[in-house]
Amino acid sequence: MSPSRTMTLAVNGRPRQVAVAANETLLETLRGMGAVEVKSGCEKGDCGACAVLLDGLAVDSCLCLTWTVAQRAVTTVKGLGTAADPHPLQTAFAERGAVQCGYCTPGFIIAAKSLLDNDTDDPGEDEIRYALSGNFCRCTGYNKILDAVTEAAQVLREEAGVQ
Amino acid sequence: MTDTRSEARGDANVAFRQVGKPLTRIDAPGKALGKTPYAGDYAMPDMLHAKVLRAPLPSARLKHLDVTKARAHPGVACVLTFKDLEKGTVATDIPGQTGFKRLNTDQQILVEEIVRYQGEPIALVAAETVAIAERAIDLIAFELEPMPGVYDMFEAMKPDAPRVFGDDNIVASYKIRKGDVEAGFAAAHVIVENTFSTQHIEHAFVEPEVGLAWVDEQEVVNIRSSTQCIEHFRNIAEALGLRQSKVRVRGAMVGGGFGGKSDITVELYLALLTRATGRPVRLCYSREESFYGHGKRHPFTISHKTGFTRDGRITASKIDITSDSGPYAYMSPYVLIYATEAGPGPYLVENLHIDSRCMATNNMFTTAFRGFGATQACIAYEQQMDEAAKVLGIDRLELRRRNFLKTGDPIATGFEVKSAVWTERCMDLAWEALGECTEASGPVRIGRGIAAYQQAYGRLVWLHDTAEGWVGIELDGTVVVRSGMTDIGAGQTSSLAQIAGEVLGVAMDTITVYNSDSSTTPLAGTSSATRGLYMSGNAVRLAAQAVRGRLGERAARHFGAEPGEIDFADSTVFVAGDRERSISLRELVAICASEGIHRAELAIFRAPFGDKLDPETGQGQVHPDYTFGAHAVEVAVDTETGEVTILKSIGAHDVGQALNPEAVEGQIEGGAAQGHGYALSEELIYDEGRLLTPSLSEYLCPTSMDSPRVQSIILESRSGLGPFGAKGIGEPGHTPAAPAVANAVADAIGVRVFSLPITPEKVCAALEAANSGA
Repeated sequence: MSPSRTMTLAVNGRPRQVAVAANETLLETLRGMGAVEVKSGCEKGDCGACAVLLDGLAVDSCLCLTWTVAQRAVTTVKGLGTAADPHPLQTAFAERGAVQCGYCTPGFIIAAKSLLDNDTDDPGEDEIRYALSGNFCRCTGYNKILDAVTEAAQVLREEAGVQ
Repeated sequence: MTDTRSEARGDANVAFRQVGKPLTRIDAPGKALGKTPYAGDYAMPDMLHAKVLRAPLPSARLKHLDVTKARAHPGVACVLTFKDLEKGTVATDIPGQTGFKRLNTDQQILVEEIVRYQGEPIALVAAETVAIAERAIDLIAFELEPMPGVYDMFEAMKPDAPRVFGDDNIVASYKIRKGDVEAGFAAAHVIVENTFSTQHIEHAFVEPEVGLAWVDEQEVVNIRSSTQCIEHFRNIAEALGLRQSKVRVRGAMVGGGFGGKSDITVELYLALLTRATGRPVRLCYSREESFYGHGKRHPFTISHKTGFTRDGRITASKIDITSDSGPYAYMSPYVLIYATEAGPGPYLVENLHIDSRCMATNNMFTTAFRGFGATQACIAYEQQMDEAAKVLGIDRLELRRRNFLKTGDPIATGFEVKSAVWTERCMDLAWEALGECTEASGPVRIGRGIAAYQQAYGRLVWLHDTAEGWVGIELDGTVVVRSGMTDIGAGQTSSLAQIAGEVLGVAMDTITVYNSDSSTTPLAGTSSATRGLYMSGNAVRLAAQAVRGRLGERAARHFGAEPGEIDFADSTVFVAGDRERSISLRELVAICASEGIHRAELAIFRAPFGDKLDPETGQGQVHPDYTFGAHAVEVAVDTETGEVTILKSIGAHDVGQALNPEAVEGQIEGGAAQGHGYALSEELIYDEGRLLTPSLSEYLCPTSMDSPRVQSIILESRSGLGPFGAKGIGEPGHTPAAPAVANAVADAIGVRVFSLPITPEKVCAALEAANSGA
């Protein structure tokens, strides 16, 4: 058995005490805590379905040992918005047909959020493609995902301009 | 119950209010918010975790199996081997609503003695944690003695080949004999002969197989799993020795299927383990296990010999089709009949001779995959048309134009298509949309390709396919739809809401859809064969129309009008053309409720029923109807590296009626992307039955960096058999994409790669061969 220790993990702004084994991935810990919106697709960093924000940067939670992320803020797709107050990325994905089976969607939205927050608020199509290249979608052919990210970026820029 | 043949129905709105509009799918917001649970997101108290021990060799004898240590390991609740099973076999068929099963589809659930493919399950473990289950798998002692295997479908035909299936390794065979082929070839000016082959490919749904099972207080085995087909409950019951009503399968939103979740995957293992332990059991495949755990797309080798007159009319066609089934039947015979039926493509061929057979091997078993044999047929016939055009010196589009089927013409099996056949319009529009040709530069050459197709929607007519659907209105005027159909991501439930909303005049957000439960939602069949919208959509349409009919009649009395004058829109009911005479749906429903007028309906929709084909001639009806269309692409080929880049990709399809154009585009774009991968990069590489590419970093699907913009051109003949004249688009969007790419590459470099995928290595080899030959 791998040694275990209790640590505090803040998920979507809510600190929680969890017992975590040394060999446990962040994906396993998050899903074990009930954050099942974080999806498991390959556990090897090939598909990006498990992406979460770690201090605002997108990472594959399957490649991240939970012990190494103590004190860092974890954000999942549920932390971005709610039905009453969705994030523009969530609205755009739903309204632009970027969601089909939806299993990859949380990871794509996280990767897109990381792009818009950290790299550019006005990405060109090639920048979006590159930012999403670690995420795998088998349903859409990516067209509508690119459209959704472009649209959400515009909405966010307009919102920022208003303030 | 509504009967499609006898029920008097209220008519739907003539001018569509919702149909044809790109409405946001009802399932999309929940998925984008992370709120939608998938099958793997469920857990239960006291739940066990399962693992499967799989055979590492593709052809072997199980000499020794000892699970004593595994059973004794702390935390292990149960280990099952073949000897522990009451009944060792399960049918791999999808019997549908008739319960009729083919005879030869049973296979061992766990290895009894002979291993027939790599990954075949040997033992099942249930334990307190995943880690303990994995440890228990390691503690199982077994010895496999390698046996000679057969890994090539042509080798499997030889008399001395190892026997994998029956006496001759033939899983199924068909033939078509029409007209006089010899006379047709005698009359030909040119005869063109070519052989094309395709590879094993992987569905690669992003959600691996997963499920949770438990036995409830009524002794019902409940299974919640990620599946395209909840109706395996009957086969599971039979394998467990239970009554059919004692197995319940329910789905959740499915994280992609593409045919790969049409068969039983984890359900039976879960049922066995929960029965054995009396505790809930969860089983989740890893990605690697998903590569080993479900059937793949059939490799096909298809030879065409086609005779043409000088002006390019087909005089005769002889087609020879072979596919690789792996060791078990699964969907192979059905897939083969699709390929046979689609053999000559959307062309009028009066003298036709087709022989097809599906061979058993010790490769991974093969089964349903979007396009279901008709795609492989298209890859062959469309490349053949381009090769013939080259020989004849006739423009590629013109050669097709001269031979296209038209409405009322007989297809390969002699069945005359009644719906619109707009292949030519689709081809012309797709080709035009390519626009100006990209300029070649340096070693990069540009090429263009077209592919037209014929793809069935709905199941084989001799399966007597039916679907049921339930629609009811609550007292507050909101609508509930119940359908057994699974939602695999193509918008299945949303389309049902849109149909019910159209008929009953209510907005989608006032409609709740319950689906995918074999015990509490009316059975609607599988989400496969491009039948979801056609079958379940029609069932829901009929149910909604029956409700509308009764409510409309009551409203007519209320207004002193005729029932035919009553219209439904915006949650109100009114006299058409006189919205002053209007009542809210809520008030009308209250009146109906107080008078005992039934506000709900369970309807059944029946596809056309028919008999099997004539076994000697292969003539008769196979499917209810067909979708037609075309795909055009432009590629750049680097002649130094062999790399192919898709620059433009355009699908033009007559979908009959687009229920939701955005969802239709999604099918065309996603289908095309899957076709691009099929043509260029995707290949499950087996070395004597052993998989060399069991991960998403070795099996190369298109990413956002590889996928071009796909343009969708949607035509609407309103001639289909689906609701409001819709045809199916789930598979058709995919079918012509790969051959269009193949034709574009050949156009670019002047030589053809006859086997998919068209990898850089093959492109370079073809160029080298052409140069050394010159």
